[in-house]
Order: sequence, then C-alpha cells, then structure tokens
Amino acid sequence: MELWYALVDLLPFEWAQPGHMFFMKNALLAVLVISPLFGLLSTMVVQSRMSFFSDALGHSAFTGIAIGTLCGLSQPMGAAVIFALCFSLLFTWVRRRTALTSDTVIGVFSSTAVALGIFIATLNGGSFTKFNALLIGDILSVESGKIGLLAGILAVILVLWVCAYNTLLLSALHPALADSRGVRVFWQEAVLNAAIAVVVTVSMTWVGLLVVNSLLVLPGAAARNIARNSRQYHLFSILGAVVCGVAGLMTSYYIGASAGAAVTLYLALYFALATILRKKQL
Amino acid sequence: MSVHKHDNCTGHGCQGLCCLELKDVGVTIGADELLHGVSFHLHCGEIVALIGPNGAGKSTLFKTILGQLPHTGDIQFQRSDGKPSRPVIGYVPQSPTFDRGDPVSVLDFFAAAVADWPVFLPIPGKLRQRVGECLMRTHAEGLLDKRIGALSGGELQRVLMALALEPLPHILILDEPLSGVDVEGEKQLLDMLDEIRQTYDLSILLSTHDFATLEQYADKVILLQNTVLKAGAPAEVLSSAAFRQVFHLRMGKEGA
Repeated sequence: MELWYALVDLLPFEWAQPGHMFFMKNALLAVLVISPLFGLLSTMVVQSRMSFFSDALGHSAFTGIAIGTLCGLSQPMGAAVIFALCFSLLFTWVRRRTALTSDTVIGVFSSTAVALGIFIATLNGGSFTKFNALLIGDILSVESGKIGLLAGILAVILVLWVCAYNTLLLSALHPALADSRGVRVFWQEAVLNAAIAVVVTVSMTWVGLLVVNSLLVLPGAAARNIARNSRQYHLFSILGAVVCGVAGLMTSYYIGASAGAAVTLYLALYFALATILRKKQL
Repeated sequence: MSVHKHDNCTGHGCQGLCCLELKDVGVTIGADELLHGVSFHLHCGEIVALIGPNGAGKSTLFKTILGQLPHTGDIQFQRSDGKPSRPVIGYVPQSPTFDRGDPVSVLDFFAAAVADWPVFLPIPGKLRQRVGECLMRTHAEGLLDKRIGALSGGELQRVLMALALEPLPHILILDEPLSGVDVEGEKQLLDMLDEIRQTYDLSILLSTHDFATLEQYADKVILLQNTVLKAGAPAEVLSSAAFRQVFHLRMGKEGA
C-alpha cells in the first residue's frame, strides 16, 4: 500500500496530495482491480448468454448477506459467498435436469432468492433500510485488506482463464461439439457460474447490487460490437471497463454522485459508441 | 498431398479390417425406449448413410457411438490388426448457427478445440500455421481470419469437417451435412467426402433426408426407426417395402 500511495502522490490531483484522502486512493486502486476483473468475466458472460443469470446471482448474493446478518455474523460476506456458490451450482444442475429453457429457470431462481432475502431481512419486523447500502454500494468505503482480497480473486480468475478459456469458449459456442471432443460441459458451466457468483458477491458491498450486473454485461456487449476475434474482444472489454471505471470514480468525486452509477453510465456511453461504430463498419 | 494412414485397411469383411461393430445396441432414457436391437458393421473406407424420419433415433445413435449416452448391447472397435481399441471419432454437428456478431474467428474456434494455448492471448505463429494446415484438408485455409458468424453454410461445413479431421479419426460422423447447403454446395461437399475417404482411409457415417443423391456416394444405407428396419445397398433399401412404409409412399397403391 505504501508503494501505491507513493505512486498516487505523483498524480496532479488535489486529492492526490501526500498524507490525506486515503479513502480516495484506496478506491482508485480498488477500481483498477475490480474493473479488469469484470471486463474479463464480462466476455464470457455475454458469450454464454448469461446476462440475466448474473443478475439473478446479484440477488442471491443479497440473500446470502441477509442470511449472514440473521445468523449474527459481523462479516456476512463469507455466508453470502457460500450461499451464492450453492445457488449457482444448484442452478447449473437444475438447468441441466429440466426441459425448461434457461430464462425460465433463471426467473424461478431469481425471484425465489429475492423473496427469501426480503423475508429474512424483514423477519421479526426488521427494517430493510440497513440493506440500502448494498443496493447502491460505496467504493469509497473499501479498505486496503479488501483490495488484497479482490486482487487475489483477480489472480485466481486469470489462472482459470489461462487454463480453461478454450474449453469454456467451446462449451459456450457448441456444447455438443465440445462434448464430442472430450470437454465436460457441465463442469465448465459449473466452474464459470461459481466464479461469477464469487466475484459478484464479494464486490457487491462496493459496487452495489443495482450496478454489479451492468458491469458484468456492458463491457463485453460493447466490445462485441467492434471486436473481430478473441484477442480484440478481451482487449476492448477490459480496456473499456478500466477506462470507464476510473472515469466514473473521478466524476463521482468531483460532482458527488454514486461511483457505481457513474461507472455504469460511462459504460452505457461506451456501448452506444461501439454500436454506432459497428453500424459504420458493416 | 501426403496420405495419412492411421491403420492399414485392406481386404474385405471384418477380418483384417478396421471395423466398428454394433451388436444389439439399445438406449432407454426414462420411460422412452429410443433404440433397440441395433446391429451393424461399419468398415474402413465405407460411406454409410443413415436415413429415417424425424425422431427415429439417428442423433441418439450418433450420441451413443460418441459415448455420450448409456446403452445396452455392445459397441466394439477393431483395428486392422484385429486388436480391439478405442476409436478416434470425428463429429460434425448439424449445421449450427452462431451469432452473426460472435467475436470469434475461425482461427480462435479451431485453436480452442485442438490446442491448449488460450486463444485470448496472442496466438503463436506455429499454432496459426498448424490450424492453417488442418483447414487445407477441406480447402478452407482462406477462412482463417473470418468470423465464424460470417461464414456461409458451405464454408462452415468445411471448417467443421476440418475440425473433425483433427486429430485424424477412424470414424467420421456427420449429422445431416446436406441440410442448409445449396445444390452447388452439396456437390462440393459430396466430392470432398469422397476425397477424404480416399485420402485418409476412414469410415464415414452420416445422416440425411436427401435420398436423390444417395446412390452416388453411399456404399450402404441403413433405414432406422428405433431399430434397423433395412440395411444394404442404396438401391435395395430405397426400393424396399420398409422404406415405402416408413415414408408413407404409396406407389401405385389405391386408397388413403
């Protein structure tokens, strides 16, 4: 962290003066870790048509935190991660076992998770307002230890990508073909869903439930409009996420709006520009 | 072009020839008996066409041979030296539709399937060259940098077929290769199948609804409706009573 502070102090911003505004410096570092993480996952979420599923996962993360709070845990994140993992694995399994389409199964899971979350949160006349922070999230509240955790998750996802990107891609493009080439499609889906579940749950406190899904969908969706192969797809998705992440944080600092919302609006702008570019290209 | 031979397949009959043998194969999923008593041989160098109405179990049979479904009965593969072994099977799925906007090039798709190098990183020249060489087998090397969503039906078939030939299989399975391909594409495809059979000396099993061209390329036709109703030379199967009955052709008969 000392190294990071020393680096930021070189920046020509008023908050970058040495010795104060540590929350802003932490937030900037957190954004630089979270945004490539979401940019990376986003490529596969969009490729596998899981935009709606990641939304459901956000809801399950909220339910997990509600359960953790009910159990009197001061740090409900552990419980939330476990709940989200169970949720994603159960979903993967049910989707395979039933004849229903994916969007229907997601709808069932999502609404159940939200209902359970609200039910538990309001049990014994409890007030829902204490969960409001989770809906919007606050990147400025991030502590240096948590940034380490996020960096660890980023490293794990990077390793997963290097080891399994090819089989994940093949499973998403054509499950039967992947199967015929010895890829265990079910486990590919399970691992990917579990990875998304962990990332969504852990980052929700800072990013916010309402914004987390846009971070998982928009970078990939925008990059898809202009990329012609897997390299460009990843480059545009990650770069877009990082640029919009930093821009969103700065905007929120200077005009005082929610950082998560500002990031999302920048990403939406990126998507719009990419869509226009694509029209010109075709 | 050099001739790759995985096995030395000469002679006739199952002896001394690599051969896939199905003996009394049955598949039941839940309460539905999808296949029962399916028996046939598939020899190296043969093109066998599987015909039958929709729901007759053609795709189920493919999945069973690919080892994706539990089955009763025996499926055995014998190499030309008579030793049983696990065959390498190349599978060409029914013409899939990819998103037009999929940011996946033919190179990405192919490399993801045949190599360990993660394709989101810059692809080494060696791998690119290897994929190009594989695509040459079906004259598709020019498609390397095209997006898979932008390929025509015939182009996609060629890419999928090249993929099924890497690693070189003993058996090539094609699920309705002629659907979604125009007349010109159909001729090219059939010529290519013949070329593949001659060059690589493998057996080809395909399903089709197109009976008109069967006699041109198929050595054997199998009429399937949950079990083998009729098997033999194309002319023999197409003129059989079982064929007429399955496809409700009432040739010269009166009444509804």
